[in-house]
Amino acid sequence: MKLVTGIIQPHRLDDVKSALEAAGVRGMTVSEASGYGRQKGHTEVYRGAEYTVDLVPKVRLEVLVDDADAETVTDVIVKAAQTGKIGDGKVWTVPVDDVARVRTGEHGAGAL
Amino acid sequence: MDSALNSGDTAWILTASALVLLMTPGLAFFYGGMVRGKSVLNMMMMSFGAMGVVGVVWVLWGYPMAFGTDVGGLFGNPFDGFGLGNLLAEDPEATLPSMAFVGFQATFAIITVALISGAIADRARFGSWLVFAGVWVTLVYFPVAHWVWASDGWIFKYGAIDFAGGTVVHINAGVAGLVLAILLGKRKGFAKEPMRPHNLPFVMLGAGLLWFGWFGFNAGSALAANNSASVVWVNTLVATCAAMLAWLLTEKLRDGSATSLGAASGVVAGLVAITPSCSAVSPIGAIVVGVVAGVLCALAVGLKYRFGYDDSLDVVGVHLVGGLTGTVLIGFLATADAPAGVDGLLYGGGASQLVIQVVSALAVVAFSFVMTMIIGFVIRATMGFRVSEEAEVGGIDLAVHGETAYENIAQGSVIKEVRS
Repeated sequence: MKLVTGIIQPHRLDDVKSALEAAGVRGMTVSEASGYGRQKGHTEVYRGAEYTVDLVPKVRLEVLVDDADAETVTDVIVKAAQTGKIGDGKVWTVPVDDVARVRTGEHGAGAL
Repeated sequence: MDSALNSGDTAWILTASALVLLMTPGLAFFYGGMVRGKSVLNMMMMSFGAMGVVGVVWVLWGYPMAFGTDVGGLFGNPFDGFGLGNLLAEDPEATLPSMAFVGFQATFAIITVALISGAIADRARFGSWLVFAGVWVTLVYFPVAHWVWASDGWIFKYGAIDFAGGTVVHINAGVAGLVLAILLGKRKGFAKEPMRPHNLPFVMLGAGLLWFGWFGFNAGSALAANNSASVVWVNTLVATCAAMLAWLLTEKLRDGSATSLGAASGVVAGLVAITPSCSAVSPIGAIVVGVVAGVLCALAVGLKYRFGYDDSLDVVGVHLVGGLTGTVLIGFLATADAPAGVDGLLYGGGASQLVIQVVSALAVVAFSFVMTMIIGFVIRATMGFRVSEEAEVGGIDLAVHGETAYENIAQGSVIKEVRS
């Protein structure tokens, strides 16, 4: 199993969600995040005093998938989240040892 | 017994007094929005505290000191009319009851003291601030109000035009703010950590309330419901509009954006500059006053970083610079067609009025600077003026008032028990 994590622009979330649903993904976890990459935040000016705000709002999206689906899901997220501008975010995949469904107690791929 | 009372004038002045009083809560919002969320309550309480102290002091000995029996052109005798018991009966010859004037002028003393608080945001002990408010208004504000507005005052007799308080209110408060900012020292992290205004809608709300109340401040200073008040009203409107646009244009060119904080600041800068000059200029002159004030104040708010004093909310940049601008521009832009009836340099009146304006402004600057320095120094040496570093960093609201403005502000504290 794999955990696909995407850090994306907040305004792309709806499109990414729809695209994942269309690709057959049945669940995901979404949380608010803040951070920066090459984008390096932004600058605000108050009465002439410049403040650099380096952490900008992002959305973190996590999807647990079968090994075979990881690449497809990554591609779906990338395609749906892409605007081509700096600050679009990143998507990465890490292996997952085990998953348990809390309601039934079952383990492994069946719990996905 | 016949009464000369003019009910129209009296109704207007009582109304205007309430308008001006509303400016101080308005100022609390204007300032409160500009500080960080952990000190907004203290910031607002400094304005409300000034209302409490100055209101009582005004009735006890303030009015007699400002407008009572003259002592050498410098101040009124505080013991002659202490407590205002001598003003209860109607004067059959007065068109406006003395008490209406007492009430109107009380609101000016209150807002002047409240204005100073913006220079020492986030770090002043509340008790020390209240003591300062009472002492400063007594030893600085009342004498200057006497100089400029009482018929026996030396600046009044010298011929300076200060219709609603460019010198008495704004230059006076601006200088006092500068002195206190220096005496108390910088906020921890000044010019290093970001101190972003925590609620700009508060700032806009406060600017709106100030503008609304300022019509009472300026047009009420005609002390009658007449043509003079109406001219002043229009000048107060248009100078403020022009100043807001000028501030926005200045920061658009310099910083790249026309900001809401800039709009609110431009409004106040314009109101400050038109305060002394609103009776002396034409509406075109008022637009010039507004534009000059908007640009100069927008540039002046950066001075504190260059000179290293933490005038936190720009009392100097807006009130001192704006007050000087309006006071001095009278010397150039006054027109004899306006209610004040004097021609300035640009209207063929020569330089005499300009000289009077500059000398009067400098006299108030010097007096306010020296007196505030003495008062502030004594309070700092005796009671202490500044909260502990721990209180400042953790938030003065919690440390001094035992409250926080917002749920997520309390740092490191968990409510374990609720007592009732």
